[in-house]
Amino acid sequence: MGQREGAVGLTTHAPQAAQAVTLPTTLDEAVAALAAMPAAVPVAGGTDLMAAVNSGQLRPAALVGLGRISEIRGWQYQDGHALLGAGLTHARMGRPDFAALIPALAAAARAAGPPQIRNAGTLGGNIASAAPTGDALPVLAALEATLIIAGPDGARREVPVSHLLAGMEMLRAGELIGYVRVPLLHAPQVFLKATGRTGPGRATASVALVLDPARRGVRCAVGAIAPMPLRPLEAEQWVASLIDWDNGRAIVPEALHGFGEYVAAACIPDEAPAEDGTVPPLPPAVLHLRRTVAALARRALGRALS
Amino acid sequence: MSNDAATAEAEGTPETAAPVPEPIPHGLGASLPPADARAKTEGTFPYAADLWAEGLLWAAVLRSPHPHARIVSIDTTHAREMPGVRAVITHEDVPGAPLHGRGARADRPVFASEVVRHHGEPLAAVAADHPDTARMAAAAVIVEYEVLDPVTDPEQAFEAEPLHPDGNLIRHIPLRHGDPEAAGEIVVEGLYRIGRQDPAPIGAEAGLAVPRPDGGVELYLASTDPHGDRDIAAACYGLSPEQVKIVVTGVPGATADREDQGFQLPLGLLALKTGCPVKLTATREESFLGHTHRHPTLLRYRHHADAEGRVVKVEAQILLDAGAYADTSSDALAAAVAFACGPYVVPNAFIEGWAVRTNNPPSGHVRGEGAMQVCAAYEAQMDKIAKKLGLDPAEVRLRNVMATGDVLPTGQTVTCPAPVAELLQAVRDFPLPALPKDTPEDEWLLPGGPEGAGEPGAVRRGVGYGIGMVHMLGAEGADEVSTATVKVQDGVATVLCAAVETGQGFTTLARQIVQETLGVDEVHVAPVDTDQPPAGAGCRGRHTWVSGGAVERAAKMVRTQLLQPLAHQFGMSTELLQIADGKITSYDGVLSTTVAEALDGKELWATAQCRPHPTEPLDEAGQGDAFVGMAFCAIRAVVDVDIEIGSVRVVELAVAQDVGRVLNPAQLTARIEAGVTQGVGIALTENLRTPRGLVRHPDLTGYALPTALDTPDIRIVKLVEERDVVAPFGAKAVSAVPVVASPAAVASAVRAATGRPVNRLPIRPQAAVATGT
Repeated sequence: MGQREGAVGLTTHAPQAAQAVTLPTTLDEAVAALAAMPAAVPVAGGTDLMAAVNSGQLRPAALVGLGRISEIRGWQYQDGHALLGAGLTHARMGRPDFAALIPALAAAARAAGPPQIRNAGTLGGNIASAAPTGDALPVLAALEATLIIAGPDGARREVPVSHLLAGMEMLRAGELIGYVRVPLLHAPQVFLKATGRTGPGRATASVALVLDPARRGVRCAVGAIAPMPLRPLEAEQWVASLIDWDNGRAIVPEALHGFGEYVAAACIPDEAPAEDGTVPPLPPAVLHLRRTVAALARRALGRALS
Repeated sequence: MSNDAATAEAEGTPETAAPVPEPIPHGLGASLPPADARAKTEGTFPYAADLWAEGLLWAAVLRSPHPHARIVSIDTTHAREMPGVRAVITHEDVPGAPLHGRGARADRPVFASEVVRHHGEPLAAVAADHPDTARMAAAAVIVEYEVLDPVTDPEQAFEAEPLHPDGNLIRHIPLRHGDPEAAGEIVVEGLYRIGRQDPAPIGAEAGLAVPRPDGGVELYLASTDPHGDRDIAAACYGLSPEQVKIVVTGVPGATADREDQGFQLPLGLLALKTGCPVKLTATREESFLGHTHRHPTLLRYRHHADAEGRVVKVEAQILLDAGAYADTSSDALAAAVAFACGPYVVPNAFIEGWAVRTNNPPSGHVRGEGAMQVCAAYEAQMDKIAKKLGLDPAEVRLRNVMATGDVLPTGQTVTCPAPVAELLQAVRDFPLPALPKDTPEDEWLLPGGPEGAGEPGAVRRGVGYGIGMVHMLGAEGADEVSTATVKVQDGVATVLCAAVETGQGFTTLARQIVQETLGVDEVHVAPVDTDQPPAGAGCRGRHTWVSGGAVERAAKMVRTQLLQPLAHQFGMSTELLQIADGKITSYDGVLSTTVAEALDGKELWATAQCRPHPTEPLDEAGQGDAFVGMAFCAIRAVVDVDIEIGSVRVVELAVAQDVGRVLNPAQLTARIEAGVTQGVGIALTENLRTPRGLVRHPDLTGYALPTALDTPDIRIVKLVEERDVVAPFGAKAVSAVPVVASPAAVASAVRAATGRPVNRLPIRPQAAVATGT
């Protein structure tokens, strides 16, 4: 996305010089604008970018504003999937009509911060910033969402969200996240977040959990505890086998507890045993984080199955 | 007073200001709105950051990235050569005293010269024609450091190499009171830690310095102590105090010494050097690095009590982390030691208090300093006594509370009203908030917030108490004095007083006092600068007392001047004449005239001073009448705790406070609510972390202030109006004591909900988990 390139353009004098701001109205125009000005930085809600500008870490030579691209500010249906525009704001995703479609993403959007942030911050921005605490990210990981990335000359390529977040694939220069394709699962989904306070705050740990009844699967992702969302795949498969899918998705309460512990231990493993075979205890703060993840995962599954 | 009456009083008074047809409230006891409320809400009120001068330059300050380092060299060549840079100054450019300090000791350099002692210490300053240029040039100053190991643990400061020529021990008070051999039937002990609260003033810190043709300089600052700041600035600039004038701009709220002299002092130096006006608006990061914080404190307590729960003896060790410089740490330590036992009768007390120097960011005045930290500890001890004896926590406190006439561990007799029992009973007997199961129709805000992870089944409710006390005005022989002038002309009164309006409501109070005394409705309060006589710093309730007292005296003198001719004419004393609603009437109704007629075009002036009774320093055994007056507050906290995740929501805080007299109900309510909320921040979220001396997350995302959702329902259950006869109007300061009591109350409630010891503030989630390991 070339965001860091802007930092090179720091000027020592005459900073009053007008900055070039382009406001394209289509995705292809935006991509073209980025190609024309390689030093330009794309900006959507600006909730991360402007904080970097204000703290002096970033001084973009030019900006490409994405706020007027109407094609990426809504969503549409596409063979069993929802095609979400990258410019969808958290406020929009939090509304009831969206919540009926993708409940976990709506819950994450509602929890994403105070109203000012939710009104400005976008889905695409959350992905591009890829902050460990990005609330949409564990949901997209659990949903196994796919990104549709717009490149020069109308090119489009698809990248699984987890590949981008894990750094297996990168956005190339001049590319923009256009859409996010999310499967419509028509089943309960839960997003839970622990913040350490009652008011809006960044997650200390979060859990997104979705049920996929067609494939009889449970998919879960843990956010905020690692640089990218973590998927406890074995725990997912184990618990999916314990759910009575044909009988109201019943499960024994012990399995809920077991799932919580399984997820927590998978995401926050014990330290490697010492030479004498003893396992060094985790520091108290890490133990608490593990306990929090266990409680969140247990609660999330319990709510999804209730 | 019954609970119903108490509720009516608490909830009824602020609302009386609301109905439209009511006449505009005036005089003492009315909810007069602040004169600048409209401008502040509409954004037209000029704060320091809004100032502008023709041809101004912008300043930037280079701050140390290390908590402790020896400065090998400072090279400003590159910075000076940058286009647009007009001046670069370092310690070599300070013409006057190289050291300054707010407290008794001047130990802080304007710019570090040989050693940096904390992260963020100023090293150089730049003036340039654009703020970015100035920052870039500051970054281009090349400083070669020899990084030293920082001393960040205050316990190690005693043994460590001296961090400063003055040594590492800033003050030690070994208080001894009573019989050291006394022993109780039970003993409870505890070790408590209080974190580093930042005053986090939301309004940007900013200043403008304008050079004067006579070689002096004018500083436009949001200073809370203009004369104190002027004297420091003049000494550092090598000028006489008359050559430096501080003009106080709008102060965007202050709960502490909100302004950082690290940028104030360089501003004036740069203006003098360049001959141009120089401005600086601090970024949030600079603000966190620059101004002083609340003292992080380590407290070790041992309480002896008899079988009925009466405290026999308190032994305590209190260690205040003063940070790199002394600032006002000596005052904070005196308050901590004197109030170490709280508002309880303790016949035998042995308190050792130390304030020590470390390489952490400097600590200073934040309201309730010293008293807040010890309150969290002694209230935890009271909970432990209750638990050990199987008694109700409120009952144990009631068996120990002090009253007027009791003696503090400092040997000072409490002569002011001390209705502590009444306060505690009021909050104890106030009905508890409904449980969610009793009000199923209401949405339940769970710990963790509306979109959080809270699960009703894991939530436990707890109730706890905190009783706080603070002293008012400066202590230990500080000369507390304020001067005010009142002028009346054409039926309009003007008050001139150098007491700064910091949000505490002084200007509104000054208007009310003059309205009450002179019967004039229209009262203006003049802006503050150092050409006026000193009024002292705006802290510890000083202005309500000394400046309010000075305004009252001046207004009374004007009243006498106004009435004397009339009284003489009618052959009666001035006491028999009344002024109300702009009319002067005699007791028998014979005389009736208006203030305007009585003035007859004259202009009346009077200037008066208020100086409360003197105090004395604490002696080498911590004994002495050190305080002018004290104020008390009892708070009952109700919390919900998610005992699996450890998230805490404060549901309700019920407050009963000793206020002396209610002078402005709406303002008083707002001050208590603000204080309580600041206390909730200390209890749950506010802690500026400084691992290895480096300030982490100096922004409002990393430093979590309470939001509306974190703030509980605040019920002002009772305001005890027992007048303090030595205070003007009998009124006590109200802002600081709720800050002192509320963190202790929240901790006490979390203790009740979880059964965990909760010995550290802010309360970390892992300390509020009641299951598992």
